[in-house]
Amino acid sequence: MQFPILSVIVFTPLVAGMLLLFIPADRKQEARVAALAAGLFTFAMSVWVYFSYDAAAAGYQFVEKYSWLPALGISYHVGVDGISAPLVMLTGLVMFTGVLISWGIDDRPREFFAFLFILATGVFGVFVSLDLFMLFFFYEIAVFPMYLLISIWGWKQTREYAAMKLTLYLFVGSVVALVGALAMYWTAYQNTGILTFDMLQLEKAGFSAGFQQLWFPFVFLGFAVLGGIWPFHNWSPDGHVAAPTAVSMFHAGVLMKLGAFAALRVGIMLLPEGAKLHMNWIILLALVNVVYGAFIASIQRDFKYVIGFSSVSHMGLVMMGFATLTHDGMVGAGVQMFSHGAMTALFFAVVGMVYDQAHTRDIPRLGGVSKVMLWPTLAFIVGGLVSMGMPGFSGFVAEFPIFMGVWQSHPWIAVVAVISIVVTASYIIRIIRSVFFGELPAEFDGHLHDVRVLDKIALGVLTLVLLVLGAYPPVMVPMVETGVQHVLHLLGGA
Amino acid sequence: MNIPAFQPSMYLALVPVISLVTVALLVLLFDALWDEEKRRNLGWLTFGGVLLTLVLTAFLAAPGGSSSLVWGGMLRHDWLSFTFTLIFLFGAGITALLSMDIPALGRRGEAYILLLVSTVGMILMASAADIIMLFLAVETTSIPLYILAGFFTKDDKSTEAGFKYLLFGAMTSSVMLYGLSLLYGFTRTTSLEGVAMGLMDFSPGLALGTLVLLLVGFGFKISLFPLHFWAPDVYEGAPTPIAGFLSTASKAAGFAVLMRVFLTVYPSLNAYWPMLIAIAAAFSMTVGNLLALNQKNIKRMLAYSSIAHAGYALTGFVAVSELGVNSVVFYLGAYLLTNLAAFGAVAVFWRITGTDEIADYAGLSRRKPWLALAMLAAFLSLAGMPPFGGFIAKVLVFAAAVEAGYIWLVVVGVLNSIVGLYYYLKVLNEIYHHRNEETEGLPLPITAPQGLALVVLSAGVILIGFLFTPFFNLGAVAAAALF
Repeated sequence: MQFPILSVIVFTPLVAGMLLLFIPADRKQEARVAALAAGLFTFAMSVWVYFSYDAAAAGYQFVEKYSWLPALGISYHVGVDGISAPLVMLTGLVMFTGVLISWGIDDRPREFFAFLFILATGVFGVFVSLDLFMLFFFYEIAVFPMYLLISIWGWKQTREYAAMKLTLYLFVGSVVALVGALAMYWTAYQNTGILTFDMLQLEKAGFSAGFQQLWFPFVFLGFAVLGGIWPFHNWSPDGHVAAPTAVSMFHAGVLMKLGAFAALRVGIMLLPEGAKLHMNWIILLALVNVVYGAFIASIQRDFKYVIGFSSVSHMGLVMMGFATLTHDGMVGAGVQMFSHGAMTALFFAVVGMVYDQAHTRDIPRLGGVSKVMLWPTLAFIVGGLVSMGMPGFSGFVAEFPIFMGVWQSHPWIAVVAVISIVVTASYIIRIIRSVFFGELPAEFDGHLHDVRVLDKIALGVLTLVLLVLGAYPPVMVPMVETGVQHVLHLLGGA
Repeated sequence: MNIPAFQPSMYLALVPVISLVTVALLVLLFDALWDEEKRRNLGWLTFGGVLLTLVLTAFLAAPGGSSSLVWGGMLRHDWLSFTFTLIFLFGAGITALLSMDIPALGRRGEAYILLLVSTVGMILMASAADIIMLFLAVETTSIPLYILAGFFTKDDKSTEAGFKYLLFGAMTSSVMLYGLSLLYGFTRTTSLEGVAMGLMDFSPGLALGTLVLLLVGFGFKISLFPLHFWAPDVYEGAPTPIAGFLSTASKAAGFAVLMRVFLTVYPSLNAYWPMLIAIAAAFSMTVGNLLALNQKNIKRMLAYSSIAHAGYALTGFVAVSELGVNSVVFYLGAYLLTNLAAFGAVAVFWRITGTDEIADYAGLSRRKPWLALAMLAAFLSLAGMPPFGGFIAKVLVFAAAVEAGYIWLVVVGVLNSIVGLYYYLKVLNEIYHHRNEETEGLPLPITAPQGLALVVLSAGVILIGFLFTPFFNLGAVAAAALF
């Protein structure tokens, strides 16, 4: 038997989180070190999985399957394909850098890391699930720690409200999708006589077109709530802003991908006929995300809200890429999930560093931060260039194919969507100018100082990932293509 | 009806009952022998006795391949009664542990005796195969519980709880008795199967009438809408461990008898009663959850939540399928663990602080992190979050209902879960987020039996959420006994 690497990745955070709770409450430093060790280990494992994935062989790899509840066809079935392997690495990356960034948390750090790690287990679990029941199991595990993380360690002014709003939104989405999943399960049983939650078998269950068209919107939108799709995106900026830095990173960086990923895996892949019918209007929702998100971001005064809405905008691009149902659009969306994840984690990390010292995120009050914080400035600029989709950076690698795909399927939508690039550039440049350059306001004189070494490591790692992917796209694009091939096959094309 | 003649092996079916009665007699004896100081140990005696009973039952009383009618057709010895017996015994053992350090409860031998007798009644409820046995079992269960609910004689709320419970219970069981007597009048037999055969000759309307009368009695036990009014007041006033026992084991007993009677006596009405139950379930969920939203007292909140949970569990039953019954059994098992953990934590907190107000839980996670974690597990499980038992339980009942085509009921259930999540999170918010500078440094000691109970329950809640297969399979054979 091969080494169960995916199970190790999924359960290391959970076990580590449980063990953390046994460290005495006053031994805060030990808790942090233990958390860092677990984060680093998991990250290393996820990188290993990514680079050992054989893109030539394609398909699901590192598969493990054990029966869980045989009577109902529930199994523990994990594996990664070309779309999920990058996301697993992304989760490891954000988990590791998230621990580094959270070094300064002084209020019950062991509980903080424990909940953060339970969240990580949920996220990893969803990305590797090949069983529909298991996917829901881990999906819900990923939702509830958010509530505690935000309401306990979040921004005092809005955390209670934002945490509750976020949790309820996501829970609503997931249970709506759950009803759809149960309908799929029983219909597959009627069609094939096999009771199974195994997604690879459900793909072949032969759902009638009418059935697929009926349930697709529920399943897709149920999950897409977590992907921040308009008009259900409202929880997301509030949640991002209220969350503590590491949680914002996790949240925007990984959790929103969870929604998009599950919408793809369960919605598009299991109900392709429904996708063909409904994507024609869902792409409009995504368009609203892209353009409206960018405009709203550009008028925010709060630094963190800018990034929050920019996530809404960028996640719209992911949804749009999926909605094209074309090769280019989906490959772009796959890469965008990774690129945006790393980029937005970087953004939130920088925002957190600035806020921790300046105690304000009001853009007009900030300025000249680059004079004391060189690393965050450079990192933010790189992130900004990614965000604008500059050639040579990972954003370009992702967004260009998405626009190509949209052009192929809905040309006029591409024309409208392109506006967002201009708007994005405008607000990113505005932030860079007014936050990082210019005069350092007198009130911050002496209050601001450079960031910790650990922060620099985190920023360095995130920046490096973005630069490598931008400079050398073959490191990821062919892999994502193999995953997309399978989706296209299910859609009846290619 | 051929009733098998007496065989000595029939004693095996009574192993749990005989064992529990022996324990009760021992408690009575030692209650007289020991002085006040040592009487706390009666709790350990009860717990040990129940534990022994559990082991004996598991090894000796497991039914064979087929279910058998024993003791002159009074009891049915099958996997359903066996599974429920295990559930009741577990609940009774934990309740004994949680009661030990409750002042005015834990050092009174009567309390343990009543608890044990009530458990005997529940076991007989789950196995009753005869109308008379059924009624006697229901009363044997209820009467000790009336007394236990009003056990704090110096506390007005507790006496009110006991009295209210008695009045409601007496009223509903007399309605049920009326239904039972009608059944006997129609069919001239008291055996459930005989009644089922006799009812074939009558119009469905008449049979449905008796069913509704019986449902009044059963619905009271499971706190089903519209017979739920007693629950909040009784839970609030009753000693906390007893409230926990009422909401779990007693409720499970109600479900056991409900499922057995409906499926055995009324197979001809399978087209009618599921809709009735579905409507009652939908109202239970909705009313329970909506009223729970604004509760300030945690026991009242849990009472309304338990009304809602009766609705969720019934969602599985309306499917009238093996999976449906299986899911209900699983739900009740998971709910027993979860809700006892919740009430256990409440009892521990109340013993030291003397308050049940939700607002007073502020800062608990700083004051006693482990107790906070136990409550986290319990409340998230109640909300139906994985990896806790409540998640899989809820998925199973919903899956059964979807299979039977009750999509609308599942949608109601799903919407209710969202409401439920809100108020469960509110409590966790209090525990984890809010601070209370005054009480933070104060100790909150947990005694050994309480600690043992909470550890077993929390571990159980997580275990059943991950490794649900053995429990599911036990539920499956239990369900098969009814079909």
